[in-house]
Amino acid sequence: MSLVLVAINYPHWGWTHIGTTVGAAFLASLVECVEALTVVLAVGSVRGWRSALAGAAAALGVLAVIVAVLGPSLTRIPLHTIQLVVGAMILLFGLRWLRKAILRAAGLIPLHDEAAAFAKNEAAMRTGITKAARGWDKIAFAAAFHITMLEGTEVVFIVVALGAGGIGLLLPAAVGATVALMTVVALGLALHRPLARVPENTLKFVVGVLLSAFGTFWVGEGAGLVWPGSDLAIPFLAGAFLAIALCLVPMCRLQAATVGESK
Amino acid sequence: MSWLKSIAREVFGLFVDDLTFSGAILFWLAIVTFVLPRFASSRHWAAAALFAGMALILIESVLRFARRRPK
Repeated sequence: MSLVLVAINYPHWGWTHIGTTVGAAFLASLVECVEALTVVLAVGSVRGWRSALAGAAAALGVLAVIVAVLGPSLTRIPLHTIQLVVGAMILLFGLRWLRKAILRAAGLIPLHDEAAAFAKNEAAMRTGITKAARGWDKIAFAAAFHITMLEGTEVVFIVVALGAGGIGLLLPAAVGATVALMTVVALGLALHRPLARVPENTLKFVVGVLLSAFGTFWVGEGAGLVWPGSDLAIPFLAGAFLAIALCLVPMCRLQAATVGESK
Repeated sequence: MSWLKSIAREVFGLFVDDLTFSGAILFWLAIVTFVLPRFASSRHWAAAALFAGMALILIESVLRFARRRPK
């Protein structure tokens, strides 16, 4: 419903732009929420759910306040300045994710393993710490608060960055992130175990491509450059980054093998 | 306050994990934003140069990593 309102109130964006923003925010937030869920599940299953869930909820509250303060203040800054600064930040963030996803897909750095992360955090929660018999468990609260703040900060940045492209785009970005959070919470409640089957590297690959495309586009707009095809340049940039990334995976494998043989 | 420090570290890590890679991105952004518009006859070309530079930086960084770290 809120997306329909955005499309009606800001007709210049079009469904392609709104849909891409929602999709990018959803996928990027999904990755971060899965990582936070893994740790909160480990903390809750070992030290009790009350303190773990309270820690996660407190962090979500702090993040909501940050968004409420940061969001409206962005509207006071000239659009070109936001596009330039935020575009540069998205580029640094998105190209970093894409680079890492390529190296992971090529087998040069290990894949992120949610099951292993869960086991590691579970063991850390058990080692040398006695569980609080009654009342609040400060360690569980702090651990859940910490991870939710860490991963949540990334989600807030992604939402603000994707929403910074223009007036009316913050809402679609926030909708994407909220749906991701609700999906992960629902799956966590239903399964009570880490979401190890989520293809995290594939998601990071796709999000890296989308953020790199958005970042390049916003920086260009902010710098006063002219994109051929205007907004249609975004899917073109995404396609080009995807093609380059897909070509780089076998090239990396070959490069590493060649260097390995010559040593 | 250790959590605040780790959040600050994490936020910095969002943007930078290879200094050469991040430095190259910022350098090319500065060139495209402040220098190229003075010389490029068309703003379309400057936009294409922005994308081409980013793509080259990504390719160079990934292949450099692959050369340095064989399987």
